[in-house]
Amino acid sequence: MRKHADRLFQALSMATLIIALAALGVLIFDIVKDGGSRLSWQFLTNIASRNADEAGVYHALMGSIWVILITAALSLPIGVAAAIYLEEYGTRSRVARFIELNIANLAAVPSIIYGLLGLGLFVRIMAMGQSVMAGASTLALLALPVVILSTREALRTVPSTIREGSYALGATKWQTIWNQVLPMALPGILTGLILALSRAIGETAPLIAIGALTYIPFAPDGIWSKFTVLPIQIFNWVSRPQPEFKVNAAAAILVLLVLLLTMNAVAVVVRDRFQSRGRG
Amino acid sequence: MSTRTLEWIVERVLLLCALLSVLTTAGIIGVLAVETFAFLRVVPVLDFLTGTEWTPLFSSQKFGVLPLIAGTMLVSAIAMVVALPMGLLSAVYLSEYAPNNLRRVVKPILEILAGVPTVVYGYFALTFVTPMLQQVFPTLSGFNALSPGLVMGLMIMPLVSSLSEDAMQAVPRGLREGSYALGATRMQTALKVVVPAAFSGITAAFILAVSRAIGETMIVAIAAGQQPRLTGNPFVPIETMTAYIVQVSLGDTPQGTIEYRTIFAVGMLLFVMTFGLNLISTWLRERFREEYA
Repeated sequence: MRKHADRLFQALSMATLIIALAALGVLIFDIVKDGGSRLSWQFLTNIASRNADEAGVYHALMGSIWVILITAALSLPIGVAAAIYLEEYGTRSRVARFIELNIANLAAVPSIIYGLLGLGLFVRIMAMGQSVMAGASTLALLALPVVILSTREALRTVPSTIREGSYALGATKWQTIWNQVLPMALPGILTGLILALSRAIGETAPLIAIGALTYIPFAPDGIWSKFTVLPIQIFNWVSRPQPEFKVNAAAAILVLLVLLLTMNAVAVVVRDRFQSRGRG
Repeated sequence: MSTRTLEWIVERVLLLCALLSVLTTAGIIGVLAVETFAFLRVVPVLDFLTGTEWTPLFSSQKFGVLPLIAGTMLVSAIAMVVALPMGLLSAVYLSEYAPNNLRRVVKPILEILAGVPTVVYGYFALTFVTPMLQQVFPTLSGFNALSPGLVMGLMIMPLVSSLSEDAMQAVPRGLREGSYALGATRMQTALKVVVPAAFSGITAAFILAVSRAIGETMIVAIAAGQQPRLTGNPFVPIETMTAYIVQVSLGDTPQGTIEYRTIFAVGMLLFVMTFGLNLISTWLRERFREEYA
């Protein structure tokens, strides 16, 4: 009897897992079925249009790339610096504990709240307007907790013997970190950064909150340019009643998923190279 | 510049970067508070929190936030009905039953499920799940709470699974071996020893899941509708707090108007709710870590 219950329970818990994985399969199949045939070179190179057949994602794709590059440029140095402080300097101090608690909580604040912060702080008070810079600054704040957490993990994998060897040769703390620890942790840091960015590139809500427009028929030409991004373009098309635009949305989702997949693949490659070098 | 001065400067700069996260929290609270106070000067706080009609964009403006809260709770509850049992069961399976190589395959796939952009889930809810459900429930409206709730549950399930599994993995082997030695099956060990031992860790995961559901935006903005309604009926269009913020942000509501300030007041409410839940979750996790330290 007990054995039967055990079997049944195992089957049940395995079934939940299968349902979840099947749902992912259905989701991808559904989107490929809806949007696959709409994908073409024109779709990638055309800009937004009121005519569904002529509309493309060029402006939104460029907007996403602009925003994500600036987000990376902002969140990498600040995130790494913060992580170095928490991991190498502040460990155990009360300030560091407080900052850690704060970062853990920030990581779980809804992204739309970051959008309201961006609207109030970057768009209004700092008068950036609805620019690439305002959007990237907002996303950088959103990505920071993830970058900090993954950088700390990367720093932790550097053996303490490396640090001790460097100190023994007379190097100062910062020289040790800059010349020894950071280069060793770099692949891990970059992997974490790419994963944080791949989350940021799919974000829609915070950018809508700062007022990034849904209809912009041009690609950004600088950091102060107005912009739209792929997820917002998808949202715009999904929200329209005409079925032709829903097809466009599915095709744009495919473009976004391919972009995400590429970023994740790069992260995996970086991680693998890191692991093989660590062993060798 | 001497080495010592440089070291001193570097440490201060690094500290400053770390403090930026505290400034972010302060910035969020500051921005939300300023506009919320301006809002509450016009709308009494009790009217806001206990009013049952939310029509700030109509000519006869009513600022009772309860319909938005009800919409948020309804969708979140549906999501939890999916995410909590599924997440916990799959965590039990992965932690107590699955062979290692299966775990190595399944975990990355679950991560993909958690990493799909929410706007994609919104598309899935609106164009696939809702029409499918309509074949079962012909009265289901095109926008409703049920479909985004189910899809949201699917999205949050990997979070529950992975955090619960971490908690179960932290339970010392000795407890399991003791249970097996007494003749317990794996199910008995999992349900009567491992899950209770990991209870505070699992609860932390559940609370974080609720917080995630409350703050989730795009799925509901796309598939739940824009009709603030004080109802528990999952078949009709509703509006959540997050979807309302999106709705107003899409229009061009001029800065400084009461309509503009409503999104900050609603945002403040959302922030207080999720931040409170996050704090409880962090506290539980810390306690759990201490139990097995």
